[in-house]
Amino acid sequence: MKFLPALAGAVVLALLPFALSGYHQGLAVYIAIYFIAILGLNILTGYTGQISIGHGAFMAIGGYATVIMSHDHHVNLIATLPISFAVTFACGVLVGIPALRLSGVYLALATFALAVSVPQFPLKFSKFLGGSNGLQTDHTVSHLWLYGVSWASAAILFVAGWLLLRGRIGRAFRAIRDSEVAAASSGVSLPIYKTFAFGVSAAFAGVAGSLFVLATNGFAQPNEFGILLSLKILIGAAVAGLGSLWGVALGALFIGLLPEISASVPLVGSSHGQDVAFGLIVILIMMLLPNGFAGLLARLESRFKTAIKSGT
Amino acid sequence: MVSFAKQKTAVSTGVSLPVLAGLAAGAIFLVVGSVSSDIFAQQTVAGLALGAVFGSLALALVLIYRATEVINFAQGELATATTYIAYQLTLWGLSYWLSFFLTLLIAFALGAVIQIVVIRPIQHSVIAVVIVTVGMFILIDGLVTWKWGADLKFMKAPFGNTVYHAGGVAFAQQDIGVLLVSILSVVLLWVLFQFTKLGLAMRAAALRPAAAALVGVRVNWMLAIGWGLAAVLGAVAGLMTEPTQFLQPTMMQAILLYAFAAAVLGGLESPVGAVIGGLALGVFLNLIGQYVGFATSELRLPIAFAVLLLVLLLKPNGLFGRKQVRRV
Repeated sequence: MKFLPALAGAVVLALLPFALSGYHQGLAVYIAIYFIAILGLNILTGYTGQISIGHGAFMAIGGYATVIMSHDHHVNLIATLPISFAVTFACGVLVGIPALRLSGVYLALATFALAVSVPQFPLKFSKFLGGSNGLQTDHTVSHLWLYGVSWASAAILFVAGWLLLRGRIGRAFRAIRDSEVAAASSGVSLPIYKTFAFGVSAAFAGVAGSLFVLATNGFAQPNEFGILLSLKILIGAAVAGLGSLWGVALGALFIGLLPEISASVPLVGSSHGQDVAFGLIVILIMMLLPNGFAGLLARLESRFKTAIKSGT
Repeated sequence: MVSFAKQKTAVSTGVSLPVLAGLAAGAIFLVVGSVSSDIFAQQTVAGLALGAVFGSLALALVLIYRATEVINFAQGELATATTYIAYQLTLWGLSYWLSFFLTLLIAFALGAVIQIVVIRPIQHSVIAVVIVTVGMFILIDGLVTWKWGADLKFMKAPFGNTVYHAGGVAFAQQDIGVLLVSILSVVLLWVLFQFTKLGLAMRAAALRPAAAALVGVRVNWMLAIGWGLAAVLGAVAGLMTEPTQFLQPTMMQAILLYAFAAAVLGGLESPVGAVIGGLALGVFLNLIGQYVGFATSELRLPIAFAVLLLVLLLKPNGLFGRKQVRRV
């Protein structure tokens, strides 16, 4: 019963590419990418209580890892994904260690700094990283290939995240989020679990970044990974509802589809109009649904249950 | 569900002896360098002007952080928007300084209205406020570009283009004007907070909201006024950025990042720290750009943040922040 929605989602996703045009398959790929990145951020922010505004930086690192492996060493594109996972996991742990000394707003600003700084490095070291033109993988892939690979990765990572969070480690994460002092006095090692959460979260973002590069015709460019990407992921996670896995899909749909939908509305159609609409809707959602879509789902579910109970 | 409930902690700021000694050493280094080298002196003055702008925006962030423990990510975009309003006023034929002061009034109203309409209903949740200010960032950016376009706009130079020569050193009148206006606005604000009844009420509302309410301070109004004053400081920062960067929708984005760095450097709780942090950062970036070949313009932001991270790791509450004691 509990797995029914997940199963239904998987079946729909498997059948969907046959009903979609190439363009819409491309759109669905971006939604998968946002899904993975938001999932990663949710593990860190929603479950462990460590805020990060810097996940675009990890996406950039993952994306550049994939491009460099493909461009310089001709590694198979699918094989680059686990490597990018490992590389960004290591980077996440490296960032997580100094982050142990920071919390709250200071951590938010430090990760914000990361998001701003990382895209500057390809510009400085243009010899290895291609400068503002970026680098390209040695071959590009079709929409259908991307659809399959990105949603398969999303499914694998979702299950992995779910397994991680339901067990001992997830319990430790939530204990840290709710009270660090209580967690530490119950024997949860704060340094180990916090850096581990940073690593896992960064690794998810890294895989999302690799897929992101493949989706943009195999190009990794610094301005694609600008601060706006990090903000989008944070918005997606907040709109999804922190600390819930089921809202993540809605959050990904929100940031993936909203620009597309508002582009087709007459008055809003220009690109600045889209920004205005996006900002307005984000503000409204946070005012109306402070716990995001997950909070709404939980409320609807409880109402549904009481309706059934009173009916029988 | 995570609420990120706010924990009001004891606010205490102050200077420790090593920090004071370090600052004094830095100041002596700047004076000695300026006396011995003309280029050094020039870069120092230009750095101070740049740093004063960072400082006023940083102070705006600190004002809001002290009162509500949130960071306003839209502060820079708000500054950009108010600068465009000043530009529009000069287009309608008002003189520069008349539009300057009118803009400050408009900025105050704008800041207060934003607090009342958008922030007040959700102010119990820090994460919601952060996301809303991020939403405002995107919204204001879109509005400004929609109304005025993305191309560069120019206003009349407020301080003229005169350059003074003292010995072999050239000082731009503009740099000195920017420095004076920024410092003056900071001093005026300090006077307001330190010597008026309103300032006292605002400090009380920020420090102990419940106790302040009990003695008759209208805490919600104080918060709205705080947001208004922060917007005024932002408008000053925007108008003082315009002479060197010119008007474009993205002009305050980099400045906001430096202001973040400056505010954290000084300790987010400390107004003095924000201003000194801004000045120090401005001078440091200018000097390092002049004398260190590796530090090209692409690396300015990363260097600023590397310094910031280093300071945070040594003193997690900033140079002027004291260790907070938190009750469990």
